[in-house]
Amino acid sequence: MCLNETPVLQVRNFTLRYGSGCPACGERLEKNRCALCGSVWAANDLSLDVYPGEVLGIVGESGSGKTTLMRSLYFDFTPTFGLALLRDYQEGRKNIWEASAADRRMIKNRIMGMVYQNPILGLRMNHSTASNIAEKLIAAGSRNAGQMTERARGLLESVEIMTSRMGEAPRNFSGGMQQRVQISKALANNPALLLLDEVTTGLDLSVQARVLDLIRKIKAEYGISILLVSHDLAVVRMLADRTIVMLDGKIAESGLTDQILEDPQHAYTQQLVHSLI
Amino acid sequence: MYSDYNFAFLDEGSKREIRRASLKAVAIPGYQVPFGSRELPIGRGWGTGGIQLTLSLIGPDDVLKVIDQGSDESVNAVNIKKFIGLCTDVRTTANSREATLIQTRHRIPEIPLSDGQILVLQVPIPEPLRIVEPREEVTKKMHAEKDYAPIWLQLYESLVKYKKVTLASEYPCMVAGHYMMNPSPIPKFDNPKLHKADCLYLFGAGREKKIYAVPPHTEVVSLAFDDIPFEPEHFEGKKCRLCGSADTYLDEMFDALTGEKLYQCSDTSYCKEVRGACV
Repeated sequence: MCLNETPVLQVRNFTLRYGSGCPACGERLEKNRCALCGSVWAANDLSLDVYPGEVLGIVGESGSGKTTLMRSLYFDFTPTFGLALLRDYQEGRKNIWEASAADRRMIKNRIMGMVYQNPILGLRMNHSTASNIAEKLIAAGSRNAGQMTERARGLLESVEIMTSRMGEAPRNFSGGMQQRVQISKALANNPALLLLDEVTTGLDLSVQARVLDLIRKIKAEYGISILLVSHDLAVVRMLADRTIVMLDGKIAESGLTDQILEDPQHAYTQQLVHSLI
Repeated sequence: MYSDYNFAFLDEGSKREIRRASLKAVAIPGYQVPFGSRELPIGRGWGTGGIQLTLSLIGPDDVLKVIDQGSDESVNAVNIKKFIGLCTDVRTTANSREATLIQTRHRIPEIPLSDGQILVLQVPIPEPLRIVEPREEVTKKMHAEKDYAPIWLQLYESLVKYKKVTLASEYPCMVAGHYMMNPSPIPKFDNPKLHKADCLYLFGAGREKKIYAVPPHTEVVSLAFDDIPFEPEHFEGKKCRLCGSADTYLDEMFDALTGEKLYQCSDTSYCKEVRGACV
C-alpha cells in the first residue's frame, strides 16, 4: 500500500436517506433518524479513499451503514447524493453513480468484485458452480467455453473447492463453500477492487479461519485492494491495514488498524474495543 | 367467398395498422414491434399472430400455402387454409415453389424460397430473453443495451450439464448483428435457412401482440461459442422411408403393428415432389 498513489476508490459525501425527507431533514437527528419527518439517514456524508493493494476495514454496529455503503458501491442501492470515483473507470473523472447502465455492468463485472453476506444475493443457486463463475466472464465478453471452464477450474482450486464438484449447484454446498464460490466468482475478471461484506458472519470458527486465510492469500497473490466490512474486530485486526469505525451512518473514527484498536479515541470505539471478549 | 365479411376478414384499418407494424419490423430486423392484436374466430395461442399477418398481406392474386409441423394436411393447416380461402377466394396450394405467401408453424420448407415469397411464422413466445427474465420492461432494456449475457449463460450451463447445447428448437440467433431473436419453435435444423435468405420472413405473435421480421439477405447467426460451433440436428444413417431423402428434417414414428422405428420427411410437399407425386 502506498498513500502517495492515486486511490483505487474515492468516495465523497456519500449519503443515503430512506424516506421522503423534509426541508430541515438531517438538521435534527436522533441517532440517524430525522426527529421531524422520521426519515432514516442510513449513510450520512461519508468520505473515504481506498489505495492500491490496501485492505480498508469498516467496523460498526448493525444499522451503522456499512452494508449500505458496500451495496451502493455495487449499484444495489441508489445514493441520495455523493460521489464515487474509480481509478479504472474514466480515469477517475466520472462519478460511477452517474454511469450508464452499460457502464455500471462493466464496472460490476470488470473493475469490482462483490462478496455478499448472504450468498443467495451473490450466487445463482440453481446453476452449476462453473456457470456461476462463467457468468462474470461472459458478462465481460468471453465467448470461449473451454477457456471459461479452465478459468473456473483454476479459481475453484485457488479457493480449495474440489473441481469435481464444479458441475454441482451451490445450493448443495455448505455456507463456507458458498462464500468461497462467491469469492472465486468475484475474482473471475481480476478486479481492481474487492468488496467483502461480512464474509465470515454466520460461519463456524474453523470455516471462518479458512475464509480469512483465503482472503490473506488473495491479498498477497493478487495485490488487489479490498474494502472489508465486518462487525468482528478480530477479523479487521487480522486483515485490514486501515480501519474506519462507523456509528449511526457517520464515520466515528478512522486510522491505522493498530492505532484504532490499541489507542481508540472516540467513546464508541473505546466501548467497542473494550467489549472484545 | 363470404360476402358478409370484408376481404380477408379484417377491416381495412386493422390490416393497414398490421402492415405498418410489418414495415417497421422489416426496417429494424429482429426488433419486436408491438401491434394491436385483433380478435379472430379462433383462440389466442392458436396461430392468431400468423393469421393476422397473412390476412393483412394477402391480395386477390396471391397463392396461399399453410403448413403445420411441415404438413399441408394437418387439422390446423387445413382449417386455416379453409378460413382464409372462404374470406378471400385466393388460390391455395401445397407446392412451396408456387406459393407467394406461406403461413407456417414449427417448420421452414426444405426448398430454398425465392425473393417473391413471404413466409409467415406463427410465434407463441416472441421474446428470446423470456426464459431468463420475466419482466417485459427489463427485456426491452436488455435488447436496447445488447445485454445478452444471461442467454449465453443458459447455453454454457447446458454445456456444463450435458456436454452440449441441448436446445432443440427456439434456438436464439442474432439478427443483423444487433437484436437477439427467437426464431419461433422451428427446429434448430431450420435456423441456417434464415441466414441471407432470398425471401422475407415475418413472425407474428397474436397473444403477445408482437411482429418481427427477417428481411431478405439479412445476416442471421445462431449463437455459438468460439470453440463450440453451432450444430443443427443430424440424421446420420437415417433416411425418409418414402422418398429416401437423407438431408431433410425427419420425423420419427413407430409402426403400430411391428413396433419398428421409421423416419419420414417432415415437409410433406417436398417429400411428394421428390417422389414425383402430384403436389
